[in-house]
Amino acid sequence: MNLLLVLPLVIPLLTATFSLLAWRRLAIQRKLAVVGTAALLGGGVALLTLVWTRGIVATQLGAWPAPFGITLVADMFSAIMVVLAGVIGLAVAVYSLASMDEPRESFGYYPLLQILLMGVCGAFLTGDFFNLYVWFEVMLMASFVLLALGGEPDQLRGAIKYVTLNLLASALFLAAVGILYGVTGTLNMADLARKLSAVAEPGTMTALAMLFLMAFGIKAAVFPLFFWLPASYHTPPVAVSAVFAGLLTKVGVYALIRVFTLIFVADAGYTHTLILVIAGLTMVTGVLGAAAQHEFRRILSFHIISQIGYMILGLGLAGLTDSPAISTLALAGSVFYIMHHIIVKTNLFLVSGVAQRLGGSFELKELGGLYRADPGLTVLFLIPALSLAGMPPLSGFFAKLSLVQAGLGAEQYVIVAVALVVGLLTLFSMTKIWAEAFWKAAPADSPRQTLSAAEKRNLLLPIGMLAAMTVTIGLAAEPVFALATRAAEQLTDRDAYIRTVLGEPQ
Amino acid sequence: MATLLAILIGVLYAAGVYLMLRRSLFKLILGLVLLAHGANLLIFTAGGLTRAQPPIIPPDATALPVSSADPLTQALILTAIVIGFSVLAFALVLFHRVYQTSGSDDPDELKVGDR
Repeated sequence: MNLLLVLPLVIPLLTATFSLLAWRRLAIQRKLAVVGTAALLGGGVALLTLVWTRGIVATQLGAWPAPFGITLVADMFSAIMVVLAGVIGLAVAVYSLASMDEPRESFGYYPLLQILLMGVCGAFLTGDFFNLYVWFEVMLMASFVLLALGGEPDQLRGAIKYVTLNLLASALFLAAVGILYGVTGTLNMADLARKLSAVAEPGTMTALAMLFLMAFGIKAAVFPLFFWLPASYHTPPVAVSAVFAGLLTKVGVYALIRVFTLIFVADAGYTHTLILVIAGLTMVTGVLGAAAQHEFRRILSFHIISQIGYMILGLGLAGLTDSPAISTLALAGSVFYIMHHIIVKTNLFLVSGVAQRLGGSFELKELGGLYRADPGLTVLFLIPALSLAGMPPLSGFFAKLSLVQAGLGAEQYVIVAVALVVGLLTLFSMTKIWAEAFWKAAPADSPRQTLSAAEKRNLLLPIGMLAAMTVTIGLAAEPVFALATRAAEQLTDRDAYIRTVLGEPQ
Repeated sequence: MATLLAILIGVLYAAGVYLMLRRSLFKLILGLVLLAHGANLLIFTAGGLTRAQPPIIPPDATALPVSSADPLTQALILTAIVIGFSVLAFALVLFHRVYQTSGSDDPDELKVGDR
């Protein structure tokens, strides 16, 4: 029993429980939120250190040996994702102190945030398919309530689409899990990886792979299953959309990468080509959708979709090359891209909230003059915005670079061209926000608001912290890329994963 | 029996999808319910339909008899039913609130602010 594997689940659970006990004492709930997420970050870093030094670690809950019990597994990829969940949790918790309104706080915002983080971490750490379904539901339930909390008409309208599509995805996932169990008689991921290719016919395998692709594709918001995302992400308070934007779709991406590197690898020529095509279409539709928008958070929402394309691009490339080196490079690119994207995208949503506080609106038309009003914020916007577009020396440049290198290595030139053009269009969107919200003169009738010192501290501290991380990842790309490469090596080495979980020689 | 259940599952899925595509929030919920039931029955059928004994180890034995039923599928379905129930309870309240604020049962009326 390895405690570090359980901590990322227990810490948010305990924090949520204590927050619920302090239901009427908002001051205590606020402190708990910050302390709890900081502890989660600490736990995540400890786990990452452990996995870095010892390799993949697994623990069997209740001491039931795998594949009979529920297994928790952490490889580098899981551990990195848990750390990122901690980073985003902490940033959003601090940001919420100044931005969340009291009615929402008193209806359980803080405990829900913790439960959301618990669901996310659970999905990253589990080594069992049915358990993954349960963690998905934990995460979804918390996200449903967070999305609808406050009950504004826009929120409710967005929530309906979000809830319906996600329930549909869950039903598909459940059906896929059922068939998988019927075919193999096991739901342990490592056991499946070992057995599936021996048991199942190629046709059944591919059908199952497609069911999983659909289910996780809806959750990851890939083309053409993304419509729920831009319909809902701009409706809740900024802190909520920031944590959604940073973490939720990435759980879908994580599940896709896990399933299509560990289990469905036999028919890569078919499945991974499809993933590559989807990646290209996702990138293009997302960025074109963003170009047509004039609302700060809707532009950012469409960019999430576009960026999801990059993340699964690496996954597709990894399956379509014979060279292990390029396969590793492609997956490392994906992992690096996820790390970069989670930090940058959350940060941009947080900036949009401050822009709304200063300018009174999310509509670019009604914003303006923010550069004059707050030059510091402008710098804090430009760092993630340029990083998103892939400007050197920021984190996005190295993320795109490694994917492009892998694409050239795998001789997939079309997709490389698509990725580069989409990067350019991303820059166009970001300059649109820059020109409209920050550079142009403020509209004559726009309300001018100023922030109090305490608000300023709580709003700008997380933004500054995340921006500093973006710069650091850019300037110290090599050690961070070493993390991603180690994660990719573990993803390509299926035997090591299987051995660690099942604890037997292959 | 498996064929019969397979047809039933197919009908449930078809009816669920049909209801979800109707222009009514209430039918959307019913569609989701049918899909969830279809998925549960699918797990049940996939786990194997046999006339077997309950999976209980007899007092004088140390292992399960060979002809035991598989208890795991039922555990899975039970979990899925509980989760599905709570999620649907939430969805019902949400849809009711939407009906209250927008005064319409037609999902097409929800497009406002979606451009």
